[in-house]
Amino acid sequence: MSPVGARTRLEVAVGAKAYVSASGVKLATLEKIAFTLETGAVAAIVGPSGCGKTTLLRLIAGLDADFEGHIARPEPGRLAVVFQEPRLLAWRTVEDNIRIVAPDVADAQLEASFETLGLGEHRTHFPGELSLGLARRVALARALAVNPTLLLLDEPFASLDGATVLRLIEEIKTLVAARPMITLFVTHDISTAISLADRVFVLSARPATLIDEIVIAKPRQPMSAEAASDFARRIGDAAARAPSGQGA
Amino acid sequence: MLRLVSLAFFALAWEIGALLAGARRLPGPLAVLARLFDEAASGALFFHLGVTLARVAAAFTLAMAIGAVIGVVMGRNRVADKLGDPWLVLLLNLPALVIVVLAYIWVGLNEVAAIGAVALNKIPNAVVMMREGARALDAQLDEMAEVFRIPFWRRMRHVLAPQLAPYFAAAARSGLSLVWKIVLVVEMLGRSNGVGFQINVAFQLFDMQLLLAYALPFVGVMLGVETFVVQPFERNVSRWRTHAA
Repeated sequence: MSPVGARTRLEVAVGAKAYVSASGVKLATLEKIAFTLETGAVAAIVGPSGCGKTTLLRLIAGLDADFEGHIARPEPGRLAVVFQEPRLLAWRTVEDNIRIVAPDVADAQLEASFETLGLGEHRTHFPGELSLGLARRVALARALAVNPTLLLLDEPFASLDGATVLRLIEEIKTLVAARPMITLFVTHDISTAISLADRVFVLSARPATLIDEIVIAKPRQPMSAEAASDFARRIGDAAARAPSGQGA
Repeated sequence: MLRLVSLAFFALAWEIGALLAGARRLPGPLAVLARLFDEAASGALFFHLGVTLARVAAAFTLAMAIGAVIGVVMGRNRVADKLGDPWLVLLLNLPALVIVVLAYIWVGLNEVAAIGAVALNKIPNAVVMMREGARALDAQLDEMAEVFRIPFWRRMRHVLAPQLAPYFAAAARSGLSLVWKIVLVVEMLGRSNGVGFQINVAFQLFDMQLLLAYALPFVGVMLGVETFVVQPFERNVSRWRTHAA
């Protein structure tokens, strides 16, 4: 435990996390993953699908306490999570969904966030009336409305079409830049990681362990094609070097 | 419209039946209606109907409140479920009459025993339905509520209650019809007012007119509650479903 006082960092030190399957078989999921993020950081976790990225995010969110190691979130602080599924209340309107989670949100802030995310005309709609892409944006607006100190996003772009992903990335860039918070997102897509993050953590296949950490010098800036492919290659190489790369 | 035709047909069949069976066994609809107006004019009908409805309301509210809380706890907690289940099976299989008689013997011939006995008959039913509802709660929304630290009461109101509402409506619907039937038995056995008591009087005197003059308005009132209170509530709680794209 940290001494009395405020902690502005996210400290992750997972020694081991095992998962017991329904048939009673113990599967090692995570091993030796440690990193620290300061306020303002935007970090991405990449790795092959099924390697345990979501599991790691759940540990950081405090939804699963059954692991060896230690995780310290910014304290005092507010946590916000954008899950893979939007997880909206189907019986409340878009606006109510946000206000229930963030009752203190200022009208102006909500307005601005609706504007940026293109949700203005949907605020009185029910989640069932929205496409998946729109529902994801509502989940994002909801997360931002609590003014989090730590924002976790789990595959925020999965199963969205390319154009929507590009739009959403631009929107997140605008929203993330303006806030004093730690953003950590999980993705299997290297190019999203490069375009959004300033640090990229590369995980190996299961049991996932931290095999490389790549710092992007000028994050969220337009990048030359060579620079981008250079980063992508580095991340790819790191994954290939993985000691336990027996595939997911 | 078809309902009205059907209803008119029912009245006609009743009239013919009355002619065949004789007025002593089955008085015709008009005779019953006249008796009904007599009882209404003297105020007796409203008094007994009111007393019975008050008992229905009290027993129903009590049973739904207790049943819902126990049901949700059992649906959410494995240990509570294991502990409560044998009691539930016992109560579910105990005949209503046994509960009523035992309540009168142990508690006495009073209102507490009457309403308690009726509620006790309905509680296991409500528990079973609400437990199903609690088991079907969305674990993903639970996690969402947890990471966003939604306070307990707001979570109850916006996350839990809307998911449980369809189960609650179903329990209320079946509960109401169960409660108002048992209330008459309770009144017949141990109260000196109410529709059940009047029906018992009519039975002792073999007064078919009186019996029907009390039974029909009561059925009418309960149908009204079902149509104008319970069903609109059911529609209202599932209103968001109709909005699905």
